[in-house]
Amino acid sequence: MGEKRKKVVVLPCSGMGKVFGALARETTYELLERVRPHQVVTTCLPLLVIKDPDAVALVTENPVITIDGCPKDCAKKSVEALGVQVAKTYEAIKFYKEHKDLKPEGLAEVNATGRKLAAVAAEEVARMVDELAAGEEK
Amino acid sequence: MDIQVAKVGVVSCSGEEIPEGTLCRLACRRVLDERPGETVTICLPLFIAGGEEERTFASNYPTITVDGCDKLCAAKATEMLSGKPSKSLSIPEILQKHGLPPPVKLRHFGPEEEAAVKAVAAEIARAVDEVLEEE
Repeated sequence: MGEKRKKVVVLPCSGMGKVFGALARETTYELLERVRPHQVVTTCLPLLVIKDPDAVALVTENPVITIDGCPKDCAKKSVEALGVQVAKTYEAIKFYKEHKDLKPEGLAEVNATGRKLAAVAAEEVARMVDELAAGEEK
Repeated sequence: MDIQVAKVGVVSCSGEEIPEGTLCRLACRRVLDERPGETVTICLPLFIAGGEEERTFASNYPTITVDGCDKLCAAKATEMLSGKPSKSLSIPEILQKHGLPPPVKLRHFGPEEEAAVKAVAAEIARAVDEVLEEE
């Protein structure tokens, strides 16, 4: 019998005007499309705001990682407002602080350097995804 | 004499899960950058995560919502948590009106998506003009 692994929901900030919001999204897309395409899923954060039943079920039934773009922590708070505890939270600026040579720029989408930083960030987040997918939540 | 210049709030669906969400963000961002004196925005989840200032956004500004799908998160969340929008735009309807195909990727939009971004931005800008005329 094959091992059944959980899906892990990664929710980025919806930031419209901050580079770290764009970095949060790019990191999520890296996980979704390249780094962990079979394990990671996402949903639109505003669907949680309007309490869409399918989106609420997704975050209720699977471990959730949030990546926020500013200290207002919209992604984390939007999940918690539903009574769901987030398994792991990140603030996107942390990745830049650890890799000062990769300064992201851009508001709606990050530039090429930002994409490199997102790739590095996604590898780090992937380790947490693996733990959560295997049911090793810490 | 002071001249009061009204600003219009533009609230974008952020649609992280769908290509239309990215199109929505890029088009809204373009209008905000091209018309900084007349437009403002808010990150939609701030209606929940923010404070009083964020929750009164639609009371302080006439607001245009732009949605990427028929779930209409931006329109519904704005009306539910802040105030009734002045106008609600829909990406699928705009694309249909302009005879443009929906985008197929979530990120890294380029020349292939430019016509769609341009068309949506133009419709948002037109809506901004209409709202400003009504004010």
